[in-house]
Amino acid sequence: MSLDKATVRSIAELARIEVPEEALDHLAGELSNILTFVEQLAAVDTEGVQPMTSVTAMTLPLRADDVTAGGHADKVLANAPEAMEGFFTVPKVVE
Amino acid sequence: MTNLTHLTITEARRRLAKGEITAVELTRAHTEAMAAKRGLNAFITETPDLALEQAALSDARRAKGEAGSLEGIPLGIKDLFCTEGVRTTAASRILDGFTPPYESTVTANLKRAGAVSLGKLNLDEFAMGSANITSHFGPVENPWKSKSDPAKKLVPGGSSGGSAAAVAARIAMGATGTDTGGSIRQPASFCGIVGIKPTYGRCSRWGIVAFASSLDQAGPMARTVEDCALLLGAMAGHDPLDSTSAPLPVPDFAAALTGDIRGLKVGIPKEYRPDGLSDEVARIWDLGIEWLKDAGATPVEISLPYTKYALPTYYIVAPAECSSNLARYDGVRYGLRVEGKTLDEMYKKTRAAGFGAEVRRRILIGTYVLSAGYYDAYYAKAQKVRRLIADDFNNAFKSVDVILTPTAPSAAFGIGDNTDDPVTMWLNDVFTIPTSLAGLPGLSLPAGLSADGLPLGLQLIGRPFDEETVFRVAGVMEKAAAFTAAPACVAPTQARRESAGEAGEGV
Repeated sequence: MSLDKATVRSIAELARIEVPEEALDHLAGELSNILTFVEQLAAVDTEGVQPMTSVTAMTLPLRADDVTAGGHADKVLANAPEAMEGFFTVPKVVE
Repeated sequence: MTNLTHLTITEARRRLAKGEITAVELTRAHTEAMAAKRGLNAFITETPDLALEQAALSDARRAKGEAGSLEGIPLGIKDLFCTEGVRTTAASRILDGFTPPYESTVTANLKRAGAVSLGKLNLDEFAMGSANITSHFGPVENPWKSKSDPAKKLVPGGSSGGSAAAVAARIAMGATGTDTGGSIRQPASFCGIVGIKPTYGRCSRWGIVAFASSLDQAGPMARTVEDCALLLGAMAGHDPLDSTSAPLPVPDFAAALTGDIRGLKVGIPKEYRPDGLSDEVARIWDLGIEWLKDAGATPVEISLPYTKYALPTYYIVAPAECSSNLARYDGVRYGLRVEGKTLDEMYKKTRAAGFGAEVRRRILIGTYVLSAGYYDAYYAKAQKVRRLIADDFNNAFKSVDVILTPTAPSAAFGIGDNTDDPVTMWLNDVFTIPTSLAGLPGLSLPAGLSADGLPLGLQLIGRPFDEETVFRVAGVMEKAAAFTAAPACVAPTQARRESAGEAGEGV
């Protein structure tokens, strides 16, 4: 699979990573090489094979639906780039 | 007095218990080594004062008769484990300024066992890399030098490159690593030490910065098999905070080192001997097979036919999970923020500035293979092939008890080599990735030196949750290998078993 600039631009948009216009060509080349490499898998017959979602035979455990942690707003906000009055702050979202 | 930084953990425990040395003395010897060998760039954050405080508390606990299994042992912690009150970076700019308010389960377990932390070790950014050259804090240098070009700086392998370099250079007695596709085993091989990725689920992932959640697993790195067994015993265990952590008791791994492997069947997979495998690597593998035969085990040729699809499978599954896990770095709750006029612009600028090239590449690939219209062709396909790869191992373990392979296709290479194309770098993990995809335990131990004087490792792969057999076989191989070589920067006359006359032989 060879990716064009427009596809790379839209993947970068989905991933929320800014990519300068002049870097798109090079990136498209790199990503295309990687996709060509992984596309060897098309040669494998996987008819009837169940996708493996977990390597362990375990089923996910359930626990009681109790509150086990909380009340640490100060700790949670301590690492925020910007916080105010007990909240994270972000650029204005609603016009 | 012997140089305390050359002791094994096993020997240090004995001397501490007998009162011949104190944890403060042992820790000070290591903090001094850490300062003296800063040029290797093995640490991102050194915490010598904290280490000495912890050591003093350790001595006090011992005096009261409350010594844990790793009481007073100075270790390095890969900077992917969250440590309460100590900056944690994942070697990324995007976690700029992040100080966790909590401790990862694995490091909490080590603290509870009495271990002392020297600081946070360098790694590839978000553990993505095989040479420790993608760190925002600069590359780590391997303490080993090649005979042909002793001035050349070599990579320690990756992603746990700081861990491997610190242990090999006698800065730390042991270290934590994490392994997603070979990140413990390949650097252990490159630096001439022992490292084990245990079975997926053996160690809790809680508090470890996530890369690919279905593959990530923590494990120990140290200079002997027994030391790794002791460390893993302290790190492992069920943790309700990680739903994939196995509710199984932790065996006494060190007790598994009986030295007796008579009658054991050892699988030798023919697919791991591809055309173009280096003669040196092939030779050391053959040597390993001979050691096992001499000890009474039986080598059995096995086939793992889907091996060649492991790398492409991994490079769909791991980037897909990475793109999902790393979506959390948005400049809002922690770490770097680059301002933008809108929320979206802030996200995009923050993530462009915060992630390095390899991480960005993997996020983009992951985003693509998970996107509408491509999910089945790539991600679902890879999950199916992953099952076939795991089934290869299940079938093999019907007739063998353990599998022996090389750890990596080469010895350590130069910083800056193999960087022309991302796929070339990925080939380093060709022998370790299948084990990761199958969730199996894999251990690398140093087996000898290349003609150029660099360590080469062999890998032992076990059944799920049968680390004990892996350790038992590794113990026998370690004895046979008698790998006593050390990097030139480690004064050989001071090392245990490391007098010049006993230096490891080339192969």
